[in-house]
Amino acid sequence: MATIDVPNQVSFLEDAEALRKACQGWGTDEKAIISVLGHRNAAQRKQIRLAYEELYQEDLIKRLESELSGDFERAVYRWILDPADRDAVLANVAIRKSSPDHHVIIEISCTRSPEELLAVRRAYQARYKHSLEEDVAAHTKGDIRKLLVALVSAFRYDGEEINTRLANSEAETLHDAIKDKAFNHEEVIRILSTRSKMQLMATFNRYRDNQSTSITKNLPGASGDEFLLALRTAVRCLNDPKKYFEKVLRSSIKRTGTDEDALTRVIVTRAEKDLKEIKNLYYKRNSVPLDQAVAKDTSGDYKAFLLTLMGKED
Amino acid sequence: MTKITSKVYINVGRFGVSMAPFLFIALVILRLFLSTLHNSKTKKMAHPADVQLLNKALSGIGVDEKSLISILTKTHHEHKRFIRKGCSQFFIEDERQFERWDDSAIKNLKVEFKRFKDAVMLSLMHPWERDARLLKKALKKGPQLYGVIVEIACTRSSDELLGARKAYHSLFERSIEEDLATHVKGTERKLLVALVSAYRYEGPKVKEDTAKSEAKELLQAINNRDKRKPIEDEEVIRILTTRSKPHLREVYQQYKKISGKTITEGLEAEILLKETIECLCTPHTYFTKVFETALREDANEDDKKALTRLVSTQEAGNLKGISDKFAHKIEERVKGAYKDVLLGVLAKGQMSGQA
Repeated sequence: MATIDVPNQVSFLEDAEALRKACQGWGTDEKAIISVLGHRNAAQRKQIRLAYEELYQEDLIKRLESELSGDFERAVYRWILDPADRDAVLANVAIRKSSPDHHVIIEISCTRSPEELLAVRRAYQARYKHSLEEDVAAHTKGDIRKLLVALVSAFRYDGEEINTRLANSEAETLHDAIKDKAFNHEEVIRILSTRSKMQLMATFNRYRDNQSTSITKNLPGASGDEFLLALRTAVRCLNDPKKYFEKVLRSSIKRTGTDEDALTRVIVTRAEKDLKEIKNLYYKRNSVPLDQAVAKDTSGDYKAFLLTLMGKED
Repeated sequence: MTKITSKVYINVGRFGVSMAPFLFIALVILRLFLSTLHNSKTKKMAHPADVQLLNKALSGIGVDEKSLISILTKTHHEHKRFIRKGCSQFFIEDERQFERWDDSAIKNLKVEFKRFKDAVMLSLMHPWERDARLLKKALKKGPQLYGVIVEIACTRSSDELLGARKAYHSLFERSIEEDLATHVKGTERKLLVALVSAYRYEGPKVKEDTAKSEAKELLQAINNRDKRKPIEDEEVIRILTTRSKPHLREVYQQYKKISGKTITEGLEAEILLKETIECLCTPHTYFTKVFETALREDANEDDKKALTRLVSTQEAGNLKGISDKFAHKIEERVKGAYKDVLLGVLAKGQMSGQA
């Protein structure tokens, strides 16, 4: 469930005016920005941008980019984009790193629905004049490339049907592939990147039944092998996305210094989806509410913004 | 004069009156005699014109419905018997003394009659359903039809291909990449799965130096084809399955510049790769080739089926010029309603091409 708190009545004109006022004059009224944008859903934010453009002949996003800075600016920028556009930006940022952030690409391609992933691919083309798979392929090599390109190109069947015989045989295939460590990568990539999500979950369940241990436990998390790591991320995203996001949050906060990139990414991308359940998982796992942990580890407007997205009352 | 005629007349009259019954009988006897003569002499060659007409109507691509109607509406029992005796390519003498249809001829007729029906169905279908069904059929049949998968994946627009994938979900409750990856075993799997999964950028923007360097990579892979098959080369697959079509056409040009040859010349042995490049970079050449093969004397059924597929799936503009080139061959080899469909669609291509 979403965590953001959206009022019943919203006037886009008033919102646009309020944002204009916040950006005018000496300094910026960040609180005002947070109090408007932090309480609007994607459709409303889009309308506000349009209203702002019409009223002031200016791109609200560009305005905010110039007024704000640091982690707060990055968070607001990501928040205000359309979800598909946002994912496209996140993917591009991840690809362009000198050492590409594979897990971000895997996260996007495995936790979004098939239609959402298509929307991301379209948004990516509109923005970068390349296809997503083109850029992923050009910046990676070997088995990682095969896995990532396959994952971002997938258009999975979205039905509920499960073939139990197939689940069993593919659980065996995965087991053989992992156990042998010789790793028939082709078969693993095939299964993970083409099967429907329901079918994959059935497969992972069969694996657990047959092997008495979950598949992720058999994919070592601390090995230096980047392909294995990527595989593990993919399996975790496909098997239980909420649990995966909880872990990302936990890791991003625990680190000496916070991984703001990861923290922002998860909160901004899940606030309108399932951040509530993720918060519950976090609390179960860490005995500390997520809000508290975030508050402890961040500061200033960035902190205020994140907490607002997580549902804190003003 | 009058004397003579009247004499003749009287003579004839008298002669005729007295001879009429005999003449009549003689004529009847003669006629019977001639017809039995006819029968016994021409057990194999009765009504040669109709035999020829039937042969012509049922040989070739499609069937000549009009000729068939004219033959069949002769309800004469004997007539049909003579035809059966005369058409040895359709009827064989059974050991129990009757002429029966040859089984392989029946099979062939099924195929030829079906052509028009398939053209109708395929043409009326939503393009997405059409492509999804074609992909499924090609996948089921196996390697000899993988070229169809390449054709569809490479000649459709990005959104058309996406639509086909959606339709595939609806029709078969699986994703196309799922089925392909499961059923295609060999080295072609990677190429085919990647081709159908592509969502290529369609803008005109092309980076020349990238195209140059990728042309070089392709050249290297092709020069090394004795050591490693190009279809197994990672870079070849990456370039062909992710780059935009305008970009690939630039790569094609650059390749020609640096090597003096076209990419396809170096890939004669790799049919699937060759067709991939043709469909992506020089689709008109590809379509012309398909037409040519389909209209040859020794064309097999898969070759001929391509005709129906092309005219019902390609935008007529893509087939521009083909009608001129093949008009004569089509008149010669194709029959009936099916021929009309073919020519009609190609003519539309001419018109829209000129528009």
